[in-house]
Amino acid sequence: MKPFEILNHTADIRIRAYGKDLKELFRNTAFGMCTILADLEGITTSTELEIKASAPDAEELLIEWLDELLYNFYTKHIIFSEFNITELTDTELTARVKGRFVGENKNRLKTEIKAATRHDLHIEKKEDHYEVQIVFDV
Amino acid sequence: MSNGWQGPLEDIGDYKWKIPKSFMPGMRVPGIIYADEKLLKDIRHDRALQQVANVATLPGIMKYSIAMPDIHWGYGAPIGGVAAFDVETGIVSPGMIGYDINCGVRLMRTDLTEKEVRSKLETLIPAIFSKIPAGVGSKSDIRVSEAEESKIMVRGARWAVEKGFGTKEDLEHTEESGCMEGADPSKVSERAFERGKSQSGTLGSGNHFLEVQVVDEVYDQKAASIFNIRTGSVTVMLHCGSRGFGHQVCDDYSKGMVRALSKYNISVPDRQLACVPVTSPEGKDYIAAMKAAANYAWNNRQCIMHRIRGVFEHVFGASQKDLGLSLIWDVAHNIGKFEKYNIDGKERLLCVHRKGATRAFGPGNPAVPELYRDIGQPVIIPGDMARNSYILLGTKKAEEETFGSTCHGAGRLMSRKAALNSNRRHTLLKDLQAQGIKVIAAGRGTLAEEAPYAYKNVNDVVEVVDKAGISKKVCRMKPIGVIKG
Repeated sequence: MKPFEILNHTADIRIRAYGKDLKELFRNTAFGMCTILADLEGITTSTELEIKASAPDAEELLIEWLDELLYNFYTKHIIFSEFNITELTDTELTARVKGRFVGENKNRLKTEIKAATRHDLHIEKKEDHYEVQIVFDV
Repeated sequence: MSNGWQGPLEDIGDYKWKIPKSFMPGMRVPGIIYADEKLLKDIRHDRALQQVANVATLPGIMKYSIAMPDIHWGYGAPIGGVAAFDVETGIVSPGMIGYDINCGVRLMRTDLTEKEVRSKLETLIPAIFSKIPAGVGSKSDIRVSEAEESKIMVRGARWAVEKGFGTKEDLEHTEESGCMEGADPSKVSERAFERGKSQSGTLGSGNHFLEVQVVDEVYDQKAASIFNIRTGSVTVMLHCGSRGFGHQVCDDYSKGMVRALSKYNISVPDRQLACVPVTSPEGKDYIAAMKAAANYAWNNRQCIMHRIRGVFEHVFGASQKDLGLSLIWDVAHNIGKFEKYNIDGKERLLCVHRKGATRAFGPGNPAVPELYRDIGQPVIIPGDMARNSYILLGTKKAEEETFGSTCHGAGRLMSRKAALNSNRRHTLLKDLQAQGIKVIAAGRGTLAEEAPYAYKNVNDVVEVVDKAGISKKVCRMKPIGVIKG
C-alpha cells in the first residue's frame, strides 16, 4: 500500500492517505503534508520533539496533529521526515517526530502550506485499511 | 474530471445563472453565478458549484449565495464566493473568509515609460527579488516586539506610515484607509503572535507575486486620467496577505467554531464552513482577531511597497517623488465586512463575507475616498503572469446585486499537479522570454504550478463582470517583469 497520493484539486493540494490502522494513517498523512512542504528524499534527521494533541473526534485530531507539525515547521524551522506515533485513540495523540533544521536545507523547501483544511474530510474504514482525503490550503 | 456539476443551473439572463433552492435540502436562498457559457463550461468541471449550494444553507444568509466568474473549487466556500449574513440572525464563518485573511492586491503607478524600465529590467527585477523576502515561510528583517506587533494589529498600514514606510496619501488610497477599527490583539493567540513577529514585509509563496506592468489599453479616459495613467504607463502590482499570522488566526478560530456548532445548534454541510452567530462571544472574538489579521496584511503590503520604492529609487537614480511612485489603490479580497444594504425595502447591517471577491462600491459611496468618489471605487484585478491585469471601477449595480462585490482575478483552471505535469512546462520560461517577460520565482515548482495555462483567461472573466455591470473596465496592463513567491 502506498502511503499517500496527490489528487486533483483546482486551487489547493488534495491528497489521499492510506494506513493499515489509524496510527499508520496519521503517520502517512503527516508524511504527505511534509512532502508538499519540502523534498524529503534522502534527508537525515538531527533533531526531535514530542507532540501531544487532543480533539473531540478522529478527524479533528488529525487536523490538530497536522497543525502542530505546521506550527513547529514555521516557528522552529524544522523539516520533519520521521513520525513515530506512540499513542493514539480517537481523541488523543502522542508522537515523537524527527527532522532537520531548515538552515542549510533551504533548497529543499517546495510549497508553503497555509493550513490543513476540514473540507470534505472523512476518515474512512475500509475492509483492511483506513483512508482519508484532505485538502491543504496553499 | 469526475465530480463535475450534475445539478440544475438556470440561465436567468444578464450573465447570471441560478442554482434553485430546491436543488438541495437546507438551502435557504438560491445560488447565483455570474458567468458566460464559455466560463461555465470550466466552472462545471469541479466542485465549486456544490460549494455555492453549501454556503446557501448557512443561517441568516441574505438573498443569494453569490459566485463570481473566476469561481473555482476552494475549501468550504468556493473561491470567488460572496455571502452576506444578517448581523442579528446570521453567522460569521472563518472558513468563508479564508486562512489568508485580507489577501489582497495593490497597484502603484510610475512616471516611467516602458522603454526606460525595459532598459533596466535585468537589474530591476533581481534587485526587487533580493529586497523582498519571498518563498516558503519567508522572514523579514522587520522584526517587532509583541508590543509593537499589537500596534500593527490595531493600526494596520498606519503603523508603517508612522515608521516612515510610506505617506499619508498611501493610506487614503487603501481600502479602509489600511486599518479596520475594532481589532483586538487580546483575541489573538500567542501562536499567531509568534508567527507574525518576523513576517511584516514578506511576500510568501504560491500565487503571491510582484509584477512590473505596462498599460496596454485604456477604456475609460476620464478615470485613467484621475489615476494619472495612460497607454504605455508603467505600473507595479503586488499580491499577498497576512502571512502565517492570518493563517494561525483562521486556524485557531475554525477549531473553536467546529467545537461550538452544537452549542448554537448549527449544522453545516462541510466542517470547513463551521460558524457561530455574529453576535455570540465566539463570533465577536473572531471578528476582533480577523480585523487584527486584516490590519497586519495592510501593513505587510505597505512595507513591501515601501521596499519596492527604495529599489526603484536606487535603480533609476531618482526620488520616489520624481519617479511618481504613488499608490493607485489597495483592495482586500479575502475578508469579512460590516456593510448596510437594502433588503426588501429595509436597510439592514450585514456581515459580508468575500472569499476571493473584491469590494466594488459605486460612485457616491461615502466609503470611497473623495478623490475617487465621483467615479467609484477602483478594483484591482490581477491575471496570470503572461496575460493581463485590470483596473475596474465599482458600480451602483454591484451595490444592488452583489453586496458591492466583483471578481478577484483570473481564477485557476488547472490543478497544481496537472500544471506541473503539463508538457508545456518545458518551454514555459522560453515562452515568457519570447513575450518580453522577465520572471524570477522563489519556490521550486512555483513557476510551473502558476503557469499561465493553469489559469482562466482573465480577459474572459473581466468581460463578464463588465457586461453584467457589477464593475466597469478602466484599463488593462501587461506584465514585463514578474516575481513569484
